[in-house]
Amino acid sequence: MTHGDLAKSGEASHMEHPSYQRHHFESVAQQFDATNFAMWLFLLTEIMFFGGLFTAYLIMRNWYYPAFVEASHQLSIFWGTANTTVLILSSFTMAMGVWSAQMRRKGMLLLFLGLTFFLGLVFLGIKGIEWHEKWEKYHVPGIRYSIQDFTNPAADPEVHSQYPDDKPLGLDMANKTEMYFFLYFAMTGMHALHMVIGIAILAFMIVRARADAYTQGHVTFVENFGLYWHFVDIIWIFLFPLLYLISRHQ
Amino acid sequence: MSTATVVSLPDQSTARIPKMNFLTKENGLLSWLLTGDHKRIATLYLISITFFFFIGGALAGLIRLELLTPQSDLLAADTYNKVFSMHGLIMVFFFLVPSVPATLGNFLIPMMVGAKDLALPKINLLSWYLYIVAGGMMLYTMAVGGVDTGWTFTTPLSTHYLNTHVVSAGLAVFVAGFSSIFTGLNFIVTIHKMRCPGMTWFRLPLFVWSNYAASILMVLGTPVLAITLVLVVLERTVGIGVFDPAKGGDPLLFQHLFWFYSHPAVYIMILPGMGVVSEVVSTFSRKRVFGYTAVAFSSVAIAVFGFFVWAHHMFIMGISNYSSLVFSLMTMLVAVPSAIKIFNWAFTLYKGSITFETPMLYSIGFMGLFTIGGLTGVFLASTGTDIHLTETYFVVAHFHFVMVGGMLMAFLSGIHFWWPKWTGRMYPEKISQLAALTTFIGFNLTFFPQFILGTLGMPRRYAAYPPEFQVLNVFSTAGATVLGVGYLLPILYLTWSLKYGEIAGDNPWQATGLEWQTQSPPLSENFPEIPIMDHEAYDYEWFERHQQQEVASV
Amino acid sequence: MNYISPVLWQFIEKWLTHFPLFPPEASKIAPEADALFFFMVLVSLVGLTLVILLVAGFSLLYHRKRNPQATQIEGSTLLEATWTIIPLGLFLIMFVWGSLLYFRIYTPPANAMNIYVVGKQWMWKAEHPGGQHEIDALHVPTGRAVQLTLISQDVFHSFSIPAFRVKREAIPGRYTTVWFEATRPGTYHLFCTQYCGTNHSQMIGDIVVMTPDDFKKWLDSSTSGSSLAQNGERLFASLSCNACHNSTPEARGPNLAGVYGSRVTLASGQSVTVDEAFLRQAILNPSEHVTQGYAPIMPTYQGQISEDGVIALVEYIKNLNSDYRLQQTLNTTQLPPDNTGKPAQAGGSAAPGEVKQ
Repeated sequence: MTHGDLAKSGEASHMEHPSYQRHHFESVAQQFDATNFAMWLFLLTEIMFFGGLFTAYLIMRNWYYPAFVEASHQLSIFWGTANTTVLILSSFTMAMGVWSAQMRRKGMLLLFLGLTFFLGLVFLGIKGIEWHEKWEKYHVPGIRYSIQDFTNPAADPEVHSQYPDDKPLGLDMANKTEMYFFLYFAMTGMHALHMVIGIAILAFMIVRARADAYTQGHVTFVENFGLYWHFVDIIWIFLFPLLYLISRHQ
Repeated sequence: MSTATVVSLPDQSTARIPKMNFLTKENGLLSWLLTGDHKRIATLYLISITFFFFIGGALAGLIRLELLTPQSDLLAADTYNKVFSMHGLIMVFFFLVPSVPATLGNFLIPMMVGAKDLALPKINLLSWYLYIVAGGMMLYTMAVGGVDTGWTFTTPLSTHYLNTHVVSAGLAVFVAGFSSIFTGLNFIVTIHKMRCPGMTWFRLPLFVWSNYAASILMVLGTPVLAITLVLVVLERTVGIGVFDPAKGGDPLLFQHLFWFYSHPAVYIMILPGMGVVSEVVSTFSRKRVFGYTAVAFSSVAIAVFGFFVWAHHMFIMGISNYSSLVFSLMTMLVAVPSAIKIFNWAFTLYKGSITFETPMLYSIGFMGLFTIGGLTGVFLASTGTDIHLTETYFVVAHFHFVMVGGMLMAFLSGIHFWWPKWTGRMYPEKISQLAALTTFIGFNLTFFPQFILGTLGMPRRYAAYPPEFQVLNVFSTAGATVLGVGYLLPILYLTWSLKYGEIAGDNPWQATGLEWQTQSPPLSENFPEIPIMDHEAYDYEWFERHQQQEVASV
Repeated sequence: MNYISPVLWQFIEKWLTHFPLFPPEASKIAPEADALFFFMVLVSLVGLTLVILLVAGFSLLYHRKRNPQATQIEGSTLLEATWTIIPLGLFLIMFVWGSLLYFRIYTPPANAMNIYVVGKQWMWKAEHPGGQHEIDALHVPTGRAVQLTLISQDVFHSFSIPAFRVKREAIPGRYTTVWFEATRPGTYHLFCTQYCGTNHSQMIGDIVVMTPDDFKKWLDSSTSGSSLAQNGERLFASLSCNACHNSTPEARGPNLAGVYGSRVTLASGQSVTVDEAFLRQAILNPSEHVTQGYAPIMPTYQGQISEDGVIALVEYIKNLNSDYRLQQTLNTTQLPPDNTGKPAQAGGSAAPGEVKQ
């Protein structure tokens, strides 16, 4: 292969490549293909990242089952379901956003990106409400924690009425509820961090979308971000049952 | 041309470095700091990791100096503990893991697959910035007093029993981990999606296969280290007790999570080096690598099996006997592909036409030293002998044989091999051969006595030791001095060669890879047009026909 | 050795004893471990020699000057198979042999004499059942299987006796065990081999192997007066364990006489064998170790007892093979009030001094 040989694909693409095609790619198709694959691969690394936390949770739950059951009863099914609905809805609006970009409909794109952004903020708001409640009830491990609600469940009427069969835990088992909350905050906190990053990127995308960046045929960024957003949703779909639902009916 | 050398340089009186190349394309600091060119990023990495290598090396020198005498007289025990911890952290995360992938891999992979750059140049630059930030954090950690957990951050020592800068060291490694993940991600996408027309998987150079396998490990393993470090940091700062037995946590959980990455990490470190050896042995024997398919598949096999052996670092830690059985068996299995490679390289020499330029000397050294290192790994893989040998200097000798005698020699082999392509100039052959020999001798003198020390029972990470171990330690330190000289020489002569080296021309080694069909140093875009690959890898017959065509057409 | 000059022989002997390549073999398992080690060294030497011969041989034979034209060879499936199967076979032999050795070392025999070892930064405390306590030392007899039950009070440590070819991690939160049978009297190194902080290299000591007679003499001369079980008995009383574990029919806790070594069914339905680890867990994390048929009311003693205390209690319970000893504690509960545990009171439905029917 000398400098003199010409490659047909190279010569052709040189003449007609759109402005958003980066120079190291031979075609827009290759660019999309490569960046899309890259995003899937990145999501795989995120699965490994969360995997460590899920592993720790599964092991600890196995070891301290009674503590984890009673501790999980402290979570609000109402808010958890609300958040799940919000996220699933936001995935829908995100998918609609991708469609709008593909259809080159800027108005719709802005609408759906805006809705997704708003729903993301709603999710974080609800998470804030839940975490605030944990703070109020002294369920923040390491910083502000009390095992009273577990050694004497009757003293917490709100939860006790929902789960009247919860027995008072022995001191050693009650102390393990703190482990549940470690993992609860670590997992939901890591998830929330990913939401924050996603929302920040959404803000950036809204600004760029207003400048027609995604409605001229170059939808790669929106599509790849959509993948990320769906992934963050799926992590929540695993967190919700594992943290909230799993011990509702022992 | 049956001379003793394969080197073919252009006429030095008329040869010039090509005026337009990736180094001269743009000037100014910003053009380097904001570059997307994989070759410039590789150059930035090369300078950075060399810097960290010498810091790690200086720390090693301090270790060996202290160990000249049985007492802890040069360094206080706490200081010694910090020195070996920083040595390990810097060498593992800031030298070995990025060494070949971030420098040679970044530089060569796009050219080897026939592309103009990696798939994600901005991510590539981000990867370097993350490395620099991480390096800065690690240097900060050193400056404010260092960390003395050992590079393994063993809990509960690191979470509750030390008041050194564990958090900043842990976060530095966390950031460096993402640098590694992004490099690996870039390689995988590039190799999958940007091969030029005609470049099928089995026409790829084995260097690409090795880096691909290492990239899989980087991408899948490093995130687990990241989350583990996050948990350690949270345990130290906030008081989360996932690893604390007093709170119901389990310190062995940390071990499992940590080694789940850190074992594949050693394969991340060695596989790219093996890729270099494939290229060098082939070129200097003028032969296709024997058993190309076997070598390619064995790289992937090492990567896959490498995920299932982590608990062999934990055989004596109270895991169940049956668990040890499984991990021991898997470790025996992962040793086999490495053996396959050694034999394939040896047989590449069979009926070849061999010359012994510096890259070849380093690669042959690799083959011998890696064989020793790998075989001693089997001593440790067998659970019965592991009981006696683990946590002693035997382990230290084993991993230095594979990492320094193996990986570092492969890295130097690669640097010398591709130096002409990178800079356009040749390094001085005689002094580099002397340096290679010095390194080889110094290395063996430094680390072979440590096998005996380990068998005798001397534990690792000891600032002071019983006097009967002194003689062997003195030998080891003497060797380290020689080794230090061997590593300093390349810095000196390679820098010298930048100005005074002979002009190399496109293909001084008469090698077959796509990278050798471009100018030296290459253009920013590597190829003016994307090449079409119409021959197998290491096709020396194609190369000869190609040579004759060129001669005929001029 | 007449044909070797005595002077030369002197030097060889001096060199061999002063530059050993192996630690002394002082346990029954040591020669077996060394046999495997030698096998591996042999295989490695053969393998390394083979690789060196191939590389050096081919390098000389096919040097460019001798062989200017290379012959392109794709490969050889036969050779690939050979150098896959032979190394695999050899590695599998080492795997099997090593695993057998490993299982031997980490499966203590039933009749082993048990010594507890507590590791802490930066010393080893050995506790013989007879009440002898050692720091950074361990006296053992020859000809007797000795099991070490190890635990750490703080961070990971590792108890290493190179001369015996045994080593085991001492972990906070759980017991680990290893066993050996010493064969040669003498003093050998004890090392901590798991990095544990500042004075890791000072956490060393002596393993003193004695003949059984000498060992007995040493035991008699070093006893602190009360055995571990006796200490445990006192703790059992002062912590008021006998309030519930008093072997009366209405007792709130299961009878502990003879419980060691038996199988019990837990409240969760799981069936476990009662060993040291179980006893320790039952004392520190009782909620998860409630015996079936009993209410989960046992309080935890986490934070109230040191590892030494737990060991004493475990030893006491291990040696409890009749109700007589248990009843004895009920008699010894009239301790002067102090601040270690609850006030001395028998509690339950058995008054002090009463013997059950």
